[in-house]
Amino acid sequence: MPKVKVDGVEIEVPAGATVLQACELAGKEIPRFCYHERLSIAGNCRMCLVEVKPGPPKPQASCALPAADNQEIFTTTPMVKHAREGMMEFLLINHPLDCPICDQGGECDLQDQSIAYGRGQSRFQENKRAVTEKYMGPIVKTVMTRCIQCTRCVRFAEEVAGVEEIGAIGRGEDMQITSYLEHAVTSELSGNVVDLCPVGALTSKPYAFEARPWELKKTLTIDVMDAVGTNIRLDSRGRQVLRCLPRINEDVNEEWATDKTRHAVDGLVRRRLDKPYVRRDGKLVPATWEEAFAAIAAVNAGSSVAAVAGDLVDCETMYAAKALVTAMGGSLLEGRQTGMDYDTSSLAAVNFNTTIAGTEEADAILLVGTNLRWEAPLVNTRIRKAIKKGAKVFAIGPEVDLTYRVEWLGNDLSVLGKLPKNVADAFKGAERPIMIVGGAALRSAHGAALKLAKSLKLVRDGWNGFNVVHFSAARMGGLMLGYAQKGGIADVVAGKPKLVFFLGADEVDFSKFDKSFKVYVGHHGDHGAHHADVILPGASYAEKSGTWVNLEGRVQRGERAVFPPGDAREDWTIFRALSEKLGQTLPFDTIEELRADMGRDVPALAKEGLASFEWNPPALSDTAVGTIDAYPIKDFYLTNAICRASPTMQLCSAELLHGDELAEAAE
Amino acid sequence: MLANKDRIFTNVYGFQSWHIDAAIKRGDWDNTKDLMAIGQDAIIDKIKASGLRGRGGAGFPTGMKWSFMPKEPKPDRPNFLVINADESEPGSCKDREIIRHDPQKLIEGALIAGFAMRARAAYIYIRGEFIREAENLFTAVAEAYEKGFLGKNAAGSGYDFDVFVHRGAGAYICGEETAMLESLEGKKGQPRLKPPFPAGAGLYGCPTTVNNVESIAVVPTILRRGPEWFASFGAENNKGTKLFQISGHVNKPCVVEEAMSIPFRELIEKHAGGIRGGWDNLLAVIPGGSSVPLVPAEQIMDCPMDFDGLKALGSGLGTAAVIVMDKSTDIVRAISRISYFYRHESCGQCTPCREGTGWMWRVMERMRTGDAEISEIDTLYQVTKQVEGHSICALGDAAAWPIQGLIRHFRPEMERRIKDNRGGGLEPMMEAAE
Repeated sequence: MPKVKVDGVEIEVPAGATVLQACELAGKEIPRFCYHERLSIAGNCRMCLVEVKPGPPKPQASCALPAADNQEIFTTTPMVKHAREGMMEFLLINHPLDCPICDQGGECDLQDQSIAYGRGQSRFQENKRAVTEKYMGPIVKTVMTRCIQCTRCVRFAEEVAGVEEIGAIGRGEDMQITSYLEHAVTSELSGNVVDLCPVGALTSKPYAFEARPWELKKTLTIDVMDAVGTNIRLDSRGRQVLRCLPRINEDVNEEWATDKTRHAVDGLVRRRLDKPYVRRDGKLVPATWEEAFAAIAAVNAGSSVAAVAGDLVDCETMYAAKALVTAMGGSLLEGRQTGMDYDTSSLAAVNFNTTIAGTEEADAILLVGTNLRWEAPLVNTRIRKAIKKGAKVFAIGPEVDLTYRVEWLGNDLSVLGKLPKNVADAFKGAERPIMIVGGAALRSAHGAALKLAKSLKLVRDGWNGFNVVHFSAARMGGLMLGYAQKGGIADVVAGKPKLVFFLGADEVDFSKFDKSFKVYVGHHGDHGAHHADVILPGASYAEKSGTWVNLEGRVQRGERAVFPPGDAREDWTIFRALSEKLGQTLPFDTIEELRADMGRDVPALAKEGLASFEWNPPALSDTAVGTIDAYPIKDFYLTNAICRASPTMQLCSAELLHGDELAEAAE
Repeated sequence: MLANKDRIFTNVYGFQSWHIDAAIKRGDWDNTKDLMAIGQDAIIDKIKASGLRGRGGAGFPTGMKWSFMPKEPKPDRPNFLVINADESEPGSCKDREIIRHDPQKLIEGALIAGFAMRARAAYIYIRGEFIREAENLFTAVAEAYEKGFLGKNAAGSGYDFDVFVHRGAGAYICGEETAMLESLEGKKGQPRLKPPFPAGAGLYGCPTTVNNVESIAVVPTILRRGPEWFASFGAENNKGTKLFQISGHVNKPCVVEEAMSIPFRELIEKHAGGIRGGWDNLLAVIPGGSSVPLVPAEQIMDCPMDFDGLKALGSGLGTAAVIVMDKSTDIVRAISRISYFYRHESCGQCTPCREGTGWMWRVMERMRTGDAEISEIDTLYQVTKQVEGHSICALGDAAAWPIQGLIRHFRPEMERRIKDNRGGGLEPMMEAAE
């Protein structure tokens, strides 16, 4: 632990710390543009220059200089002030004065730092440089004249996203940042470069000219686009969510968010269900809440009732629906819409036990039937980090580009029973081995995977290397609340319920329910609404306070950002109101009361944080046969009703996933 | 004046064949095995004793540089020697002459130096524009392999050593040692941050020493004739002989080997046939390639041409590329042209150099025509100070120094142009409306 002096104050810094980190520990602010905690060090903006003794008689780039014992660091000397003013002046000479029309305005590092560290005026009298715009895809808008060549985007694309598609061309003043051949950046994480860009060179294309940051109400909540549970901030103005930004949570999403998380929000104002509907003569017609409730009451379902939860719903909604179904005497609850029927007797056996952050520590990784890049992109980035530390990755399933080197073992699941020697050896020598089982393998190879986990000793002291990756935000919460039948949704169909509640469930095969009276409680006019007999308009994730459990069993709460449109209501209140009409009044009047009840039933949901599941794997048939022909997600950008309503996601899907087909059709 | 018997580069004028048989007749590859037999540390000690300072411009003691290399390289992290033949500095043309006419000296030096620093191989990075020179070098290396001087059991020494020739693509910045390593690895030629220094983590992350062609080529001769012989030339701390490249307004421009510390006047009179139009016609000299500040005539005339002598004048020896300018020179335009060169060759990685070189060139262009304010001379000087010492590599300094030299010594000339441009008046001309 080296001891250094920062402006005369002696502090001890961790071994391996840089001078910049030492200054921050001492409470000194060091301006910077190129340096970013999560990227490699470039040292090219030269803004973080400080004076260091002993050392050469010139300022040093603090971001790249290791802190050494007995170093004296000065951050306020004339030499440092002169250096900062100089760099600021250089950065500004070719930066356009277009702040009034720049979307970065108000949250621009260049603005902030030129106020704090720059001179009052420029001495540059020549013409400024202009740079042509570059195309980087449907998410990232470029105004490259504003670029200060910090190369954060280049480093992000290469190091975190794993696509080497952004780079610098040209030399000196003519150096320009561009994507490869000006094609769209084919990463599901491309939106993060907008946050990383310290100036307005890369801004959000869908959000262009929408709002200024100071006009926006910021609400902290949880993303539902996948099961990672990305911590997000929804920025809203009036009744509309205008953008979604990631919050920092080291355990979950670090500070990244997928493009879907960021840009599906424009789906929140399209195709919305804003009033109840009742099907009359085969047609859905608008109705009042009274009429809709009356239509449901008229079914006289008795105890023949079921509930099917969709991918996005919160635990409160599922709990309220469960309470109603149970009160009516029913027990058919299911959340796995597409027919999955894996064993849920032990939640640890279907949980991501290593934890998302723990994945980084793994040294041998076996992926079984998962396209992690689409099912959990932010777990995929953790695996990239593990690889950087030396981990080896093997995978079973159809070959896809996961952005890192994978040794593919074919798509025959029987490999689980007899691993090739090099894989077995890699796992034998590994200290922290993990296996990640995806939905494609869960159905026919859950038992085989558990058996392999046992023989490879994936679960050992202080380490659980058995993981199942889900991709719907409601899954873990639903399983904890009992939304699982032994035979999956087939059991619900077999029960022939008279009345079925679909909680935002859009992926169900509705033809199997044509004898049931279908009530759709949800927010978007998608598949579920089309097949419903009664539609009760609910709230999307942005419009309610809710509890979600992510794939590693982390219970997280989000806040309401805006109100639901029109007559739509928060889902739990719909069930509370309906219960009265059905003569089964539920015992909670406020969300606090609901949560208290829910906490009594499922204690883990009562508090935020990682729920712990006891490792007690069920005894299942342990032979795996068959092959994995495809992964469950067919189109990353169109996985749920909100995405499908989002023009940005439609555009991403068309261009990034089906661009080749379009190009062919055009020819 | 250096006696003929004391010349290291005996074929620098190309009077004889450059092929290996002629080179062997001139004494190259003569018992190289014995030179190496004294041991690696002994070679380094001898080079240290000879006082050889790096010939690439910075003048870092060569022996000391070699001693930074790990003494016991790990099998998966071998040591490498990289030889910098990316000679792109305007005015410099010594490495080119060595490769053209005496390539075996370089290759023999590469073997001995590589052996001394326990290197597995040497990479010679040759400037992209050197087409014929690269052809010579490829042939020369092939000839050396044919004779068994390279490869397994190189020159019968029992040491395995390979030499690879790599052609650059024509970027000045790739002559910076860490940018050269990036370029060798196949990346964009941009300097790396130091630390770590190449001796710790260089080419492919392995310990690497980067040396100039001339530094390596003189090594065999120093070992053959002894460090004392080499140290007998030149002033204290500036030992040895050196290739001077005299260009510009002299009667006979040439590349010539001379003892260090030779006075400027003697160097020009003896080898370059004197100044065009006589000594009174001398205006200024850029003594070490375009990146060092110029020195006005009266200061340079009797100055010893070595590292310390020129440093005392606020300039530097650099690569000893002496650019002589007589009074017919438009000195502001000359420096402006140099500024353009640095603007063109800046890699664009770090802010001060990327933005500063363009700014300085544009102001210099206006200074050339006088279309400027007097106060802008001070602004220009401050901008050079904002660039100097703030960039990742030394290109920022190299771009700043020529302008600083110009302002230091020729400010009256710059002011005169500004006044003349205004028709002689110092005050800015009033606009009609005012």
